[in-house]
Amino acid sequence: MTARSADQWCPALAPALMLRHDAVRGTDLLVLPERVVVLKGHAGMVVGLCDGTRTVPGIVGELAERFPGAPVADSVPGFLDSMRQEGWLT
Amino acid sequence: MTAPANPGAAARPAPPWALLAELTHACPLHCPYCSNPLELARRSAELSTDEWTDVLRQAGDLGVVHTHLSGGEPLLRPDLERIVAAAEAAGIYTQLVTSGTGLDEARLAALTAAGLRSVQLSVQHADPRAGDRIAGRPSSFAAKERAAALVRRAGLPLGLNVVLHRDNLDAVDALIDLGVAWGADRVELANTQFYGWGLLNRAALLPTRDQLARARETVERRREQLAGRIDLVWVVPDYFDGVAKPCMGGWGAVSLTVAPDGTVLPCPAAASLPDLHPPTVRERPLAWIWEHSAAFNRFRGTDWMTGPCGGCPRREEDFGGCRCQAFALTGDAARTDPACALSPDHHLVREPADAGRPEPPPYVYRRPGAVPAPAAGPAPSVVATDG
Repeated sequence: MTARSADQWCPALAPALMLRHDAVRGTDLLVLPERVVVLKGHAGMVVGLCDGTRTVPGIVGELAERFPGAPVADSVPGFLDSMRQEGWLT
Repeated sequence: MTAPANPGAAARPAPPWALLAELTHACPLHCPYCSNPLELARRSAELSTDEWTDVLRQAGDLGVVHTHLSGGEPLLRPDLERIVAAAEAAGIYTQLVTSGTGLDEARLAALTAAGLRSVQLSVQHADPRAGDRIAGRPSSFAAKERAAALVRRAGLPLGLNVVLHRDNLDAVDALIDLGVAWGADRVELANTQFYGWGLLNRAALLPTRDQLARARETVERRREQLAGRIDLVWVVPDYFDGVAKPCMGGWGAVSLTVAPDGTVLPCPAAASLPDLHPPTVRERPLAWIWEHSAAFNRFRGTDWMTGPCGGCPRREEDFGGCRCQAFALTGDAARTDPACALSPDHHLVREPADAGRPEPPPYVYRRPGAVPAPAAGPAPSVVATDG
């Protein structure tokens, strides 16, 4: 994909998926028709921002404000892209 | 009572991820490999709406995040929408496992409004007549085709599940085509597991090694071709591979089954174990059942293992295989699964797998009363009649 369309992509959770917090295990989960993905660390929060209204740079900017000094610009776009390749983000 | 040899075995078990809810054993189909027990629960014994609601609330509190609403045919429960809503309220992701018979647009709309997330549709064959014959019900294939279209139109993910055996393994290519044509996201090709009805019909269902080899090749080829479009799942034929399957991901490790009458089992086939004395949600809380009941602790971990499993490096991978299969074939649920090539009982699967069956017997269709109630005693309650 081109850099221009990458900037315009507003990631959203694929329709069949459920993002939820699991209070019993103290973690965030992505629940699919036949499997459960454990989202470690802040991954659940990042996925939570994928509501179809924010662009990737917008998500990165928001996270950079919340976590000053964290390497969000380096890690978040790659993470979102890998989530899309799995079919979990559209 | 002595202290456990391994204190780790007494530790609190990790919470379950999934619950298989057998809402009813009633079913319009009569598939000869049905995973329901030979003794089907009566409708009058079924849990009420309120009881299922409470079970699902308890399951959510316990850590269950996923439920298969199954049967029998769950659409026969007029309160299915309320059961779906109860799961949703408990934060549990729902998948309806159905034959497709009885699903219409209004019913699906009501289920979706209640929170239903996905649908798994059983398919017996790619050819309508062959499918109806295996299911023991005319026009059941046509109902499936309509149901698949409704599910796609509603925007829900659709999985097809196909139990594979002698009479449909040669149609694997066509079954995958069917999955593509019906818009499935996933096709599960599950070789028959031989207990309960499957064991009773073993001589009719066992394929040949050639059939399996061809089907396996087809699945590999189609998997490459369809990568990224459709998920093809192949559940291994354990009679033929010499490797025991990691049944249920371990006894009491990942999931639990609640039968129509509230009996709670570590796997749907475990009702066949005569001395298990499974607990019921009508008498005990689900958390107690999962953590403390004798039934769930019986084969948990590795301390119970005997024979070649004891020192085996694979014991944490296959968990000794299937307890129900060990019991069904040897009469002792604690023995190594005979499917494993290291089992001293391996000939019990090897011989039937390699026996030629030019003229298989007719099916014993799954119906209440099709099999006389098992006689009391320690012997296996089902003895396969291989020709």
